[in-house]
Parts: sequence; structure tokens; C-alpha cells
Amino acid sequence: MRDSAESVVEMDRVSKVYAGGVAALRDVSLTIHHGEFVAIVGPSGSGKSTMLHLIGTLDRPSTGTVRIANHDVSRLSDRSLAALRSSAIGFIFQQFHLAPNVPILRNAADGLLYSGLARRDREERARIALRRVGLGHRLHHRPHELSGGERQRVAIARAVAGNPRLLLADEPTGNLDSVSGAQVMHLLRELHQGGTTVVVITHDREIAESLPRQISMLDGRIDTGVPA
Amino acid sequence: MTVQLRPAGLRLSDMARVAVTGMRARPLRAFLSALGVALGIAAMVAVMGVSASSRAEIDRTLQLLGTNLLTVGPGQNLTGKRAELPMKATAMVRRIGPVTAAAATGAVTAKVYRTDRVPTALSGGIAVLAADLNLPATVGGQVHAGDWLNPAAARLPTAVLGSAAARRLGLERAGNRIWLGQRWFSVTGILAPVPLAPELDSAVLIGWDAARDIGFDGHPTTLYCRSEESQVEAVRSVLAGTANPAAPNEVLVSRPSDALAAQRATDQAFSGLLVGIGAVALLVGGIGVANTMVVGVLERRAEIGLRRSMGATRGHIRIQFLSESLLLSLFGGAAGAALGWLLTVAYAFSRDWPPVVPTWALLSAVAGTGLVGVVAGLYPAVRASRLSPTEALTAP
Ligand SMILES: Nc1ncnc2c1ncn2[C@@H]1O[C@H](COP(=O)(O)OP(=O)(O)OP(=O)(O)O)[C@@H](O)[C@H]1O
Ligand SMILES: [Mg+2]
Repeated sequence: MRDSAESVVEMDRVSKVYAGGVAALRDVSLTIHHGEFVAIVGPSGSGKSTMLHLIGTLDRPSTGTVRIANHDVSRLSDRSLAALRSSAIGFIFQQFHLAPNVPILRNAADGLLYSGLARRDREERARIALRRVGLGHRLHHRPHELSGGERQRVAIARAVAGNPRLLLADEPTGNLDSVSGAQVMHLLRELHQGGTTVVVITHDREIAESLPRQISMLDGRIDTGVPA
Repeated sequence: MTVQLRPAGLRLSDMARVAVTGMRARPLRAFLSALGVALGIAAMVAVMGVSASSRAEIDRTLQLLGTNLLTVGPGQNLTGKRAELPMKATAMVRRIGPVTAAAATGAVTAKVYRTDRVPTALSGGIAVLAADLNLPATVGGQVHAGDWLNPAAARLPTAVLGSAAARRLGLERAGNRIWLGQRWFSVTGILAPVPLAPELDSAVLIGWDAARDIGFDGHPTTLYCRSEESQVEAVRSVLAGTANPAAPNEVLVSRPSDALAAQRATDQAFSGLLVGIGAVALLVGGIGVANTMVVGVLERRAEIGLRRSMGATRGHIRIQFLSESLLLSLFGGAAGAALGWLLTVAYAFSRDWPPVVPTWALLSAVAGTGLVGVVAGLYPAVRASRLSPTEALTAP
């Protein structure tokens, strides 16, 4: 597929049916190009997280094809998908998922644990990433000494320490007040300007409308915006 | 035109760091589950250490006492009467080539009392023996207090007490008198316990001539002889015939060091049982570790999901939980081995034994805990690795 050389995410008639019979995604087709900044919006239960997990290769579609960075996800082994995630994809979650009692430098450096880099290099990159999110002066603090917004910035540093092509964020501001949320969005914008493709799930209309592209989900389908 | 995607391996140092971090996240729980393993290992190491120390003590005693002592004791003759040896038995035995020393005791039919007013009943169980002057040297006896009989004293009414006899008579030092065979004997010395001839401990020993004065017939009843170490068995085979040529089958020849050496075997059987108990404790400890790990997997689903999202393979997750379980178990094992070693040293010290903790016991403790750690961690690790990343991440 030559014309897709620039696309980072390609979903073709993708559905996802969970074990209980819930169809979380129905016949979704979607292309995200390199360097895009996309908001995914929609009501609760509309399939946003499911779609992000498929994009992040954490799960495989029930039917249809998902291509990430030109790899057909359903043709890759579990090991290859892990390698793809470690080299090309960064995740940010609503709950931060930081290791308690572990200094934030190590928390961020552990984002590269499975990259094959030596510890020294991992920590060097984590230090740079933490400086980039404005936490360069708190490397040895532990998560419980940080505010929610600061914790999410650590999680961002962890996700981008390896310079992934694709950054996926599932409601990154969901647990934050508006000031911290704005800081987080500002960081994501900076990363986007640096060339990273960013996909953000958000409930915040204002945030969504400020982004170049919105994908609106409803009941497992894409509602408006992109032609199927 | 797809590039090969190959996950990177995890360095051993990183594996260890992750395992330590996981363990330290819940220190009390880690401590308690390692404690189970530690107690099992401590019990096993201590049992093996204590029995090795006791064997070392027996070896040391044997070394000290020598294994070349043979005893010719009275057997039963055909009429069931106690046999006695010919008068010249000692001299005959001394003439056997490899025999280096021989000494005899002869049973004296006399009673011994603390004073001349003690009723008969109170002095039972104490034998009166006529003894050759070289008896202590031959059996390896030490004088605990006072002096052994000397050629001059052996003719006088003087006596040396065996350790148990002295205790029974209530005498702790030399210089007292005892009422023996209707006359006073002065006590010149008290012997220390004689491990190779314990029958001397409960005896009162007097000179051969002094014995004759109270009615002793002069026949030796027991004969002790030392011979060259390499010839002990050869001497043993001719000893009965030499000591009692008329009726060699009426005497009993024995090697007292054999009885001591036999203790080692019984000791080993006993410690085998205790090691078994320790193994059960270790098994219970292993179950504790497995339980900790299973609970850990349930609680740490979010962490597992996060690691998978960061690029961990199933193998990475598996090895993480396996190494954590191994580490937990090895910590317990190391602490247990140290504790077992300490217990052994303390016990050996209290018994005045040489402390010995066999290297193989420590090595097998380490190998045992390693095995326990792997086995206990296997199921939880496989379970953790089989979790789907999305389910792990959405876990509450
Ligand atoms: N592991 C699962 N097994 C079964 N059903 C699931 C599973 N995960 C999600 N679902 C269902 O799939 C549907 C879509 O879920 P999803 O998490 O994608 O929604 P969402 O848009 O992210 O919602 P929210 O805004 O509340 O996060 C829901 O009906 C949900 O109950
Ligand atoms: Mg969601």
C-alpha cells in the first residue's frame, strides 16, 4: 500500500465484539496520518477506549484490519506487537499508573525498560523528558510528593522518553483540575509540534474543539467528521 | 516492506531491580512470606549442623581415646556362674606381639560405705575392684582430684573412686575415709568419667595387695589391652584364647570404641527425621510464597497492563514474577541458613562441641530455596503473563 506510507493508523471496517457479546466497535474505518493531532470524543460506553486500545495494539480486532506504522496487527505475533509498542507507541492513562515509592526519574526511565537500552541511557533520556515536562528539578521525588498534574506530567515523560511516533492518551485530564489539565494539553501540543502523532480521548468539549481534528464516537461507530 | 519487529531482552540487572522493587512495594508481606521459608531452612540447617557437630565431637572423642582398646570381660560359663580369668591372664596377654599395654581389674566381694554406721541399703550399686597400677594409662582414664594409686599405697588400705561412685558416696575431693570390707580405706583420688570403660565410673578401685587383705582371690575379671592400631582385629582374634586358654568361649571380647562409633549411626537416623520435618516447614513456606505471588498478580493487574503497554512481552511479565518469587524465596533461604548456622554454633558452644555446618547443607539450602521459589512462582507468573493487556488496564 504505497499511498499509506504516511499514515500511522489505518483501520478498515474494524469491529470489536467482547466475550460477553458486547459490540464495542462496529465497522469502523479510519486513517490517521503522520503528524496529526486528533481528539476522540463521545459519550461514555461509545467505544473510545476500545478504539484507542486497538490503535495501541493492546488488543486485536474481531473483524477488519488494523495497520499501525504499516504493520498489519492481526499478522503480528504477541512478541512483535510488544516490540512495536516499545519502539513506536506511547500511552498516557487517566490514572497515571506510577509506581509508588519509586523516584520519578526511575518511573519515567522504566518507560524504556523493554527497549533494550542500558540503564544509563534510559535514565539520561528520562531526565531529558522530565525536564521537557517541567519536572527536571524533582527527579528524586516520589509520586506521593507530587500533585495530580505533576504526576500526569511524569506519566507523559515516561510515555515520550523513547520518542514514540504515536502518542495515545485516554482522558489524560480526566482526573485533573482545569489549570493542570491545561498544562497537560499544552505539553501534548508541544509534542505534536515536535512531530509526534497524538490521539487524545477527552470528555472536555473545549479541549476537543481546540484540536485540529475531532473523531466523534456514538454507539461503536464514528458519528461525524471522517467519511467511512 | 515491513521491518522485523523483535523485542529486546531484559538485562539480568534490570530483572533483579524490578524484582526488588516489586518486593519492596509490600515489605511486610514479603517479610512474612520469606519468614516461612527462612524457618524451614533454619530448621534443616540447624538439624544438619547439630548432628554434624555431634558426629565431629564423637570423632574427636574417638581420636582422643583411641580405637585400639580391647576389653576381655567375664562371660557366663556352662553352669551359669560368672567366669573368672586365670591368675596369669594379664601376663599372657602382654606377651601378644602387637599388644602395647594391658591392665586388669578383679571383682572384690566387699561392700563400701560412707561411714561404719550407714545401713547396708544406702551403698548399693558400687563395685569394689582390685586394679593394676597401669589401669588409667591403659583405658585412658584421667584423675579428676587427688592422685592415682602408687606402688607404696597399693599395699595400704587406700582407694580411688570412680566418678559416679564418688557422687553416690557424696565425696567430692580426696582425703576422706570410706568403710570398705569392714575396715577404713583412705580415698587418695577421684577419677574423671572414663568413656571407654564406663564400668569403672561406678567402682571403688583399690590396690591388688590391699584387696587380698580383705579376701580377694586374685583372679582378674576384666582385662583391658591396647595394641597397635593396625593389628587390633588380629589381636582380637587371639585374645580370648590367650586370656583364658582353658575356656576361651567363656569370655567376652569387645571393642568399646565401637559402641561410641555406633552412636553416629543412630544419630544420623534421628537427624534424617528432623530434616524431614524441616522439609515440611520449607514446603509450607513455599506455599506462603506462592500465595503472596498469586495475591500480588491479582492486585497488580494495572501494573501488568502498564508494562504490556510499554512493550513488555508475555515472557517479560513471566520472568518478572518468577524472579520476584525466586528472590523472595532466596532471601528467606539466606536468612534461614544464617539462622540455622547461628543455632548450630550456639548449641555446639553450649555442649562444648566443635561447631560444624556442612557446606553441602548450606548449598542444598540455597538450591532448595531456589527450587521452592521457582515452583511457587511458576503458576502466578504464567497467570500474570496470560492476562490480556486491556483487561489488565481496565481492572479496578
Ligand atoms: N473487556 C470488556 N469486556 C466486555 N465488554 C467491554 C470490555 N471493555 C469494554 N466493554 C464494553 O464495550 C463498550 C465500550 O467500552 P469503552 O471502554 O470502549 O467505552 P468508552 O467510550 O471508553 O467509555 P468511557 O468514556 O466511559 O471510558 C462498553 O459498553 C463497555 O461496557
Ligand atoms: Mg474509556
